Amino acid sequence: MVMNYMLSEEEQMMVETARNIAVEKMKPVREHYDEKEEFPWEIVKEFAQADLCGVYIPEEYGGFGKGIMGLVLVVEELCKVDGAIALSLAATTLGTLPILITGNEEQKKKYLPDIASGKKLAAFGLTENGAGSDATGMTTTAVKEGDYYILNGTKCFITNGGEAETYTIFAKTNSSKGPRGISCFIVEKGTPGFEFGKKEKKMGIRASSTRELIFKDCKIHKDNLLGKEGHGLMIAQATLDNSRPGVAAQALGIAAGALDEAVDYARKRIQFGQPIASFQGIQHMLADMATEVEAARALLYASARMIDAGTSKRTSKESAMAKLFCSEVAMKVTTNAVQILGGYGYSREFPVEKMMRDAKITTLYEGTSQIQKNEIALNLIKESAAKSK
Amino acid sequence: MNIIVCIKQVPNTTNVQIDPQTGRLKREGVESIINPYDEYAIEEGVQLREKFGGKVTVITMGPPQAESALREAIARGADEAILISDKAFGGADTLATSYTLSKAIETIDDYNIIICGKQAADGDTAQVGPAVAEILNIAHVACVKKIECVDKNSIKVERMMEDGYDLIESSLPVLLTVVKEINNPRVPSLKGKMLAKKAIIKTLDANSIGADIKRIGLSGSPTQVVKTFSPPQRTGGEKFVGDAKEIASNLVKRLSDLGLI
Repeated sequence: MVMNYMLSEEEQMMVETARNIAVEKMKPVREHYDEKEEFPWEIVKEFAQADLCGVYIPEEYGGFGKGIMGLVLVVEELCKVDGAIALSLAATTLGTLPILITGNEEQKKKYLPDIASGKKLAAFGLTENGAGSDATGMTTTAVKEGDYYILNGTKCFITNGGEAETYTIFAKTNSSKGPRGISCFIVEKGTPGFEFGKKEKKMGIRASSTRELIFKDCKIHKDNLLGKEGHGLMIAQATLDNSRPGVAAQALGIAAGALDEAVDYARKRIQFGQPIASFQGIQHMLADMATEVEAARALLYASARMIDAGTSKRTSKESAMAKLFCSEVAMKVTTNAVQILGGYGYSREFPVEKMMRDAKITTLYEGTSQIQKNEIALNLIKESAAKSK
Repeated sequence: MNIIVCIKQVPNTTNVQIDPQTGRLKREGVESIINPYDEYAIEEGVQLREKFGGKVTVITMGPPQAESALREAIARGADEAILISDKAFGGADTLATSYTLSKAIETIDDYNIIICGKQAADGDTAQVGPAVAEILNIAHVACVKKIECVDKNSIKVERMMEDGYDLIESSLPVLLTVVKEINNPRVPSLKGKMLAKKAIIKTLDANSIGADIKRIGLSGSPTQVVKTFSPPQRTGGEKFVGDAKEIASNLVKRLSDLGLI
C-alpha cells in the first residue's frame, strides 16, 4: 500500500503509463544497457510513443501540461526500474527548461513541439573542466559579430551529449561583467563548428551518454539567444530551481526500487532456518529505509506542487531541499539494500549494486549536496533578513 | 484500409485459482485483462492503419464490464469500439460465440481485414477466429507471424509452422489470427488514455444484430460442459541419495521391481 498523495486521475494515468513502460520495456533490457554502455534509443521511442516526453510541456506546445509534478511522477516511476535509461528523458527536461522558462514565442514554437513529441532530445551545457560548482569560472565565449555570435570553448560532462539534437549552451558574452557577463544560447546538433569530444566512462548511469561539447568558431544566429545578453546565470538558476526536483525524483525512484528489492529478498532468503526478514536487525533496517523513502517522497511532492502553483517567485530553497534529501536517502537506502542482499547484493546477478552505482550521481550533478546546502542556507538567511527589515 | 479486431476480456491467468469444490475459476477479486494474444491483434491493426489510413474497430462479446477492455483497446490506438452484450449470449460455446461475432461484423459496412488473437488465454481453443471467417464465408489464415504486404485486393502473410513458415497469399477480405511473434505491442499512451476515457462505446444486443435466437447463448451451443475438475496435485518423485554407484544400483532395483525393465 502506498501513502495517498491525492493524485489526480491524470496524474495516476501518468504513473500507470510510466510503470507499464518501466516493467514491460525497460526491465528486460536494463542489464544490457548498463553492461554495453549504449544509448537506449529503443526505449526513448517507447517514451515518445506513450507521450511521456512532454508531460511538463504546456499543451499549446504539444505537451501534456502537467508541470513539474507530472515530470516528478513519471521520472520516479521509471527510475524504480532503471535510473540510467530514464535519464535520457530527465536530462532532456534540463536542456528544455531554459527555452520553456525564458524563450520567446518563436523559440518555444520552434523547439518545444519536437521535444514534447519525443522526436528530439535536449541537453544542457553549463559545466566545464574549470567550472563545476562555480559556473562563473567558465571560459567558453560568445563574441557578437553582426547578427551572429561566435562560440568558442569546451563543455564537459554533458548528459545526452551527442544524442540530443537541441542544446542550451552557456557562454561568456562579456568577461569583464563576471556573473552578469554570461548568456544562454540554443545550439542545434549539426551546426558547423559544433562537435562532440570524449565520452565519459562512468561508475553508474552507464546507459546515459556523458560527453564533451566542443565549439570552434561556431556561428549562432542572434535569434538563438535566450532571454537577454548577460542573463545566462539567472536562466541557469531558474532552470535548476525547476529541474532539481527531476533529479530528486530520479533518486527517489532508485531508492524505492532498491527498497522493494530488499524487502522481497529478505522475505525469501532463508538463513538459520528462517527468512532473514524475521530478524529484528533486518526489520529495523527495512523500517528505516521505508520511512526515509516516504519522507523523501512527501518533501519532493510538496516542492513540486509549490513550483507548479506558481505562487512563489523563487523556489530555490525548496528545490534544493528536495534534491538534497532525496539524493542522500537514495545513497543510504541503496547501500543498505546491498547490505541486506549481502554477497548477492554485491553481485551483478541482482539489480541493487547497479542501483547503488546509479544513485551516487544524484548527490553530484545539478549541484552537489554541499551546493544544495549553500543554497538552502543562503535562502534561510535572506528570508530572515527580509523579515527583520 | 478498414480493420476489425475481435478481442476477449479474460481473467489475468497469472494469479487465477480454481475452486476445488466447484471446479470453477475463482473470479472474485481477479483482475480482468485483454486476452494477451489480442494485444498483438490490436497492435497489428493499429500499425496497418498508420501505414494505409482507414480505421480500426474493436469488437468484443461479453458482459457490460467488458467495456473496460474496449476502452483499453482505444488507449492502445483503436478508433472505435463495439460491445456485443445481451443476457441471451451467456454460456455461449465457440460456435455460438463465432456466430454472434459474425452477425455483429455483418452490421459493419466496409472492412478489409479482421484480426484476432491466435487463441484466448482462458478457453485456449483457437477456434473462434477461423469459425467467424467460415460463417462470414471469407478466407482466413491462422497463426500469422508477419504481414508481408497488402494491396487493394490481396494480402501476403507468413503463417507460423513448427519447422518454419508458410508464405500465403489471400484475397480480401480476410480474417487473420496472429501469434506473439508478429509485433511488440505498444504501451497505452497518455493521449490514447484520454481518448479512451471520453470514447462512446456502441452497444449491440441480440436483436440489433439480427441473431437467430436458436444459435446464441447456452441453448444455441452444441458443446455442453458436463463436469470440470482440478487434476489431483502431483506428489514429488522418489529421490535416491548416496554415491553414484549406490544410486545407480538402487534405481535399477526399483525399476526392475516395478517391472519397467
